[in-house]
Formats: sequence, structure tokens, C-alpha cells
Amino acid sequence: MSLKVLVPGALTTVQDLGRYGYQQSGMPCSGVMDQDAFRTANELLGNSPDAAVLEHTLFGGGYQFTSDTIIALTGADMAPTLNGAPCPMYRPVAAASGSVLMLGMAKSGCRTYLAAAGGIDVPVVLGSRSTNLKCRIGGYQGRVLQAGDILLTGESSVSYDEIADRTAEPPLFSSEITVRVIEGPQADYFTEKGLQTFYQETYTVSEQSDRMGCRMDGPAIESIRGTDIISDGIVFGSIQVTSAGQPIILMADRQTTGGYAKIATVYSRDLPLLAQCKPGDKVHFSKKEFI
Amino acid sequence: MNDMQLLPAGDRALVAEFGNTIDPEINNRVHALAGRILQESIPGVLELVPTFRSLLIHYDPDVISHTALCEKVRLLEKSSGRTAETVRRVLHIPCCYGSHFGPDLADMEKLTGISRDEIVSIHSSVDYKVYMLGFLPGFVYLGGLDQRIEAPRLATPRVKIPRGSVGIGGSQTGVYPLDSPGGWRLIGSTPLDFYDPDREEPVLCRAGDYIRFEPVSSSEYYDIRQKLQHGTYQLQITN
Repeated sequence: MSLKVLVPGALTTVQDLGRYGYQQSGMPCSGVMDQDAFRTANELLGNSPDAAVLEHTLFGGGYQFTSDTIIALTGADMAPTLNGAPCPMYRPVAAASGSVLMLGMAKSGCRTYLAAAGGIDVPVVLGSRSTNLKCRIGGYQGRVLQAGDILLTGESSVSYDEIADRTAEPPLFSSEITVRVIEGPQADYFTEKGLQTFYQETYTVSEQSDRMGCRMDGPAIESIRGTDIISDGIVFGSIQVTSAGQPIILMADRQTTGGYAKIATVYSRDLPLLAQCKPGDKVHFSKKEFI
Repeated sequence: MNDMQLLPAGDRALVAEFGNTIDPEINNRVHALAGRILQESIPGVLELVPTFRSLLIHYDPDVISHTALCEKVRLLEKSSGRTAETVRRVLHIPCCYGSHFGPDLADMEKLTGISRDEIVSIHSSVDYKVYMLGFLPGFVYLGGLDQRIEAPRLATPRVKIPRGSVGIGGSQTGVYPLDSPGGWRLIGSTPLDFYDPDREEPVLCRAGDYIRFEPVSSSEYYDIRQKLQHGTYQLQITN
């Protein structure tokens, strides 16, 4: 079972939930950006919950199936077509051998997931199939997919007829979102005014955002005496504030430690909203009471 | 001695913070707590990331609540000693100083006013403590650099520093585990791989270890490189 890359996407990688257990050695986790879309895609196909998928950013490209394959597409709408006809998302689709799947530009949202029954089969490196571009490990030869790459899929015991009726509700992706955040761990580095700015102003996702971090442009967040800290641990969703007062939200390819004060952390359930933000989208932060 | 502070890092991680300075005693408390938590193997605790002065504890809130975890961590902290209860490991790291292995050694002479032989002897006579790893897999943050050989980072970082390079940046010294950009002044190079994804333990050092650099000649450097390729090199570890 396999599929071949005909047209490479803007940034397509193999990802699963990520590479955990090595952060104390400085190894970033990687993994999918939008865990909701990932989970749904695997559930639709009856895959194991950590089966690897293909993550496409902004522009998806095209594939040819070299054997009959059951697939599911979730996440951003890239106007997918299968042999030229619109291909439904958020439900299993039987792609016959030889058929061509094309994904265009993301119309809403930023990232589209292509799951195949049995999962994308690449070697497991340090417990995960996720691509780590910086360390050039995992995924397909540790790199983004290119034209001509052939991806194998794992064994699946599910037949199309068994799952043909499954559907999931596609979420609505908005270009203006509010994410809930839990204050701290270094909120005390900021002035009252700085915290007010953070919670009341609107921030714009910058062009420089990537899988490592969502960089934000907006009114500077005032700190008491700078935002340099002695480097400490970082999680998925940590919101660092640079010395210029701009927030950076650390995402899937985040480094394990960092030296900027973290004003807050994105509530984990709201991370998929951010994962689907495109440059230019607007973000508001709302404080979530936690304890 | 500061009290430990417990701070939420979102809904799936907790920071146990012991102070706000780089200090061996504070770092010992971080590692002592990490050791106790590992010993206890608390259900729901997923992963620990010790850093200079805090311990990041990743947990699954469906298994253990923030409040329950805080209570547990406070209890363990009280019962954990001030030093990690692990055997002291000193890793002996061969290092070839100067020439193309350490292109900035000549500049270091000018910056510090100390001869290169003296710089090498000072740099290789300390057991550096691995306070933490971060930035890149296998990148060690070491404590213990002699003030006499501190040197500011390069004004313009290099685009590519070869794997194994040993450098000095401000009051820190360390080893680049992968080819990467960087601004440290390069004084030597080790034939050992601080990070090798194909090795059973990909990362050579653990936080809490000590490192001692041992000067080797360029022929010894290549000899060790060859032994590594044949799998016949034995890393020297002492207590």
C-alpha cells in the first residue's frame, strides 16, 4: 500500500502525536500542530490513536495512489479533488489505485491532515514517526516531502464498507479567534499595564510564524525590567514575550527550553485554534481561571 | 534557602521553581526533586525537564489533578535531600584544541591576555557540571568556567558550526551536538558525538553529570573518530 507525491505542498511532513521522553536531553517533541484534526482523521479510519498522518501547511499539492487506499482529510479546507471531482472531508473516502488527489490553497484554516487506513508507515525514531526538520530525523528521511517520494501505509483490518457511514463535524475556522490562557509561570515579570495590554489588545499572526512558534504583532507588552530569564522549560502553548514586548506562542516544533519570560500558557484545548491560524489572522487572549 | 514555588505552566504542566540564579546548590535541589519523583513513579506524571533552577513536570490532568500533583510534589520535596542521590558521573571528553579544530583560540589569547597553552590547561582542569540540556538535542549547559577565560560571543554568529565544536560564550562553555549556527568562540573540537540518533542512548550526557575535557592531539582525534566508527571506543567515566 503506498502513495506517491506528484506535486509537493508548501510544507508537508509526516507527523504523529510527537516524540516524548527526550525533552530533558534537549530533543524537541515535534508532532502534529492540530491534535483535534489529527485525532478525528484517525478515528474516522479506525486507526490507532497515534497513527502517523501527513500535515500540509497552506498549500497541499498532489498525490497518486499506487494501490486502493482508504483515506480521510481533516483540518483546513484546501478544496480537495479526487480525479478532478470534489473530495469530501471529515469522512472516509475510498481512493482507487491510480487515482489522483489534489489539494490547493487553504481557503479557511491553515493545515490539512491526510490520514490513510493503517497510518503512514515510516521508521519509528526515538518512539515516534514525527518529522523533526531541525534535527533531520523521523518522518520521511527527516525532511519535507518532495515530488517523487513514495509513502507506504501500514496494515489495516478495516474495510471501507465498515466505516463508509462515519462522518465528523468539520469545525469552523475563523480569521479572528479568542484563545483561553492560564496566567504564568512568569506573569510577575510584567506590569499591571502590560497584563492589561495582553488581555485587551488584538494581536496579528506574523508572516514569520511556523511550526516552531506563532509570532504575534501588536501593542508591546510592558515588563517591569525586561523579559530575560534564566532559561527554563517550555510547553506546547507557552507564550514568551520578547524584549521588544511581542508575544511568541511556542508550538509543535518548539525548543525544549527558552530564555524569555512566559506571561501565560494557552489552554491545551484551544491549541488547535491557533494551529489553524494563518499569517494576518487576529488573536485575542482571555484569562482562564485555573485553580 | 528559598522555598520551592509551584507555578502552573498551562493545564498540563507544573513548574517547581527553586530560585532565580544559576547556583550549584539550587540546581542540586532541582535534580534531587527530579530523582525523588522518578523513584516514586507517580501515575499521570509523563516527563520531567530539569533546568538551571526549576523542574518542569509534564502531567496528564485526566489522571492526576493540578492540586493533587502539587501536594505530592511538596511532600516529596520535603523528603528529598539537598543533593541528588545519584552516583556522581564524570565523563572524560577528549578535545583537540586550536588550529582548525578551534579557530578562535588565537583571538582568545588577545581577548584574555593568557597564552593558548594556559587557556587549554585552565579549560581542561575543571569538572564542569551539566546543569541542564536544551536548545538542541544533547546541547549541555555547563557550570564552572574559570572567569579568566570568559570571552564575549562573536558580534556576528557563524552560519554553520561543525558538530563537536567546543566553544566559550560569555561565562559558559559547551559543545555543539549538531552542525548549527552559533555565536560562541570555538577553541577546540571533540571527536565524540554528543548526539547520535542511531545510538541506543542518543544523547551522551545527562543533566547532573560532570564533564572534564582532556586535551588530545589531532592524530589522537582521528584515531578516536575511527574507533567510534568501528564501535571500539570506550568512553571513560569516573566517579
